[in-house]
Amino acid sequence: MPEDQNDAVTDRSAPIRVVLAKLGLDGHDRGLKVVARMLRDAGMEVIYLGLRQTTDSVIAAVEQEDADVVGLSMHNAGHLALAPRILQALADSDLDVPVVIGGIVPEADVDTLRDMGISAVIHPGASALEVADAVRRSVA
Amino acid sequence: MSAGSETRAAGELLERARSGDRRALGRLLTFVEHRDARAHGLDDLVHPHATGNAAVIGVTGAPGAGKSTLVGHLVKEIADAGQQPAVLAVDPSSPLSGGAILGDRIRMDGVAEGRAFIRSMATRGHAGGLALAVPGALRLFEACGFGPLVVETVGVGQVEVDVTRTADTTVVMVAPGMGDAVQANKSGLLEVADVLVVNKADRPGADDVRRDLEHMLDLGHITGVTEHWRPEIIMTTATTGEGALKVHQAIQAHRAHLAETGGLEDRRRSRIRQEVADRMTRRLEDAVTACLASEPEELAEALQGTRTPASAAAALMERLVR
Repeated sequence: MPEDQNDAVTDRSAPIRVVLAKLGLDGHDRGLKVVARMLRDAGMEVIYLGLRQTTDSVIAAVEQEDADVVGLSMHNAGHLALAPRILQALADSDLDVPVVIGGIVPEADVDTLRDMGISAVIHPGASALEVADAVRRSVA
Repeated sequence: MSAGSETRAAGELLERARSGDRRALGRLLTFVEHRDARAHGLDDLVHPHATGNAAVIGVTGAPGAGKSTLVGHLVKEIADAGQQPAVLAVDPSSPLSGGAILGDRIRMDGVAEGRAFIRSMATRGHAGGLALAVPGALRLFEACGFGPLVVETVGVGQVEVDVTRTADTTVVMVAPGMGDAVQANKSGLLEVADVLVVNKADRPGADDVRRDLEHMLDLGHITGVTEHWRPEIIMTTATTGEGALKVHQAIQAHRAHLAETGGLEDRRRSRIRQEVADRMTRRLEDAVTACLASEPEELAEALQGTRTPASAAAALMERLVR
């Protein structure tokens, strides 16, 4: 019988916890719902915040849920304005958590986003495997 | 890291969490949830600060009944009354992938944002240790000054119901269109209710649900089940928050009743008893897994058919318990 009084065993199979959200006025959440399902089926725990979130609400969720990664869906061409804000907000809260962006992002902006510190950009048409891989790699 | 330095790390996080660092608390909750080696010694550190006095409110009901939405408003009422609520929102894990979509927060954020610490927890299957993670998380919340503590679970599955019924006050939510009086009687959920909520009161059929519940409670009166406490039935519309104040008042009334009758101490004791039982069960399960992994002779005999499974189990148990 185990002697350990605290029942502590290291659980190596702990699922990745990912916060999914859309920031501000951007009402197209069908893609994000599909992504939530893809990540669940890849064995991750998805904290689904959905529409009309703020940087504050995302930060609060990351802190309280001890999330490993943030996934933001963007379909309103706001990515170049919103990405720096969320990265700054995370830095201000001393949170070292990668951010993945999915949605409509012109190819020309991808390098700019990556240079800012966005871990990955996922485009329409990405397979479930590609989506899960991008999230996993950003955490690793 | 050695066990000693892990305890120190957990101790530092606890200090920070107790002085209001939400990220530190978030991290500690992960330790508790994973039965992580980093949580080694955490329970001992938390224990002196967790008095067991914080009110624990269980909220349960069928999926889609409106639990999370109501909890959002309930948490607001609690915060308005000058208290610091925390929420543990439990959602099921996929039995196939082990992943989960934790969608309770989305229902609470609009109202409860900034007013409560909300943590989503996946059930992680039967062996996932939900029964152990919940009491550990509640103690942690209390040690960090939170209370009352709300635990929300879907009212399906024994573990979820057990978790909820160990609360001081159990709120069971139903909504119209989810079955008639026979269903209401069939479900063991209603039996554990201290407060009954009929949500979606603006929908057709809500009054019928209320009537069915009243009848059911009348029968409980005859059989003695509701002798000491007859749950109040409250009509709510969680999307607007209507009725949330009444739910809060009913919870407080039930707690006052428990305090008067000594029921509070009874529930506290049964909660601890349950946790001790759950931890023992977990240890036994671990021991059984380890025993079978060692490919004992009795197992081989059962596999060959020269021994019945029951006889193999009896012989192995004999060894295990000794």
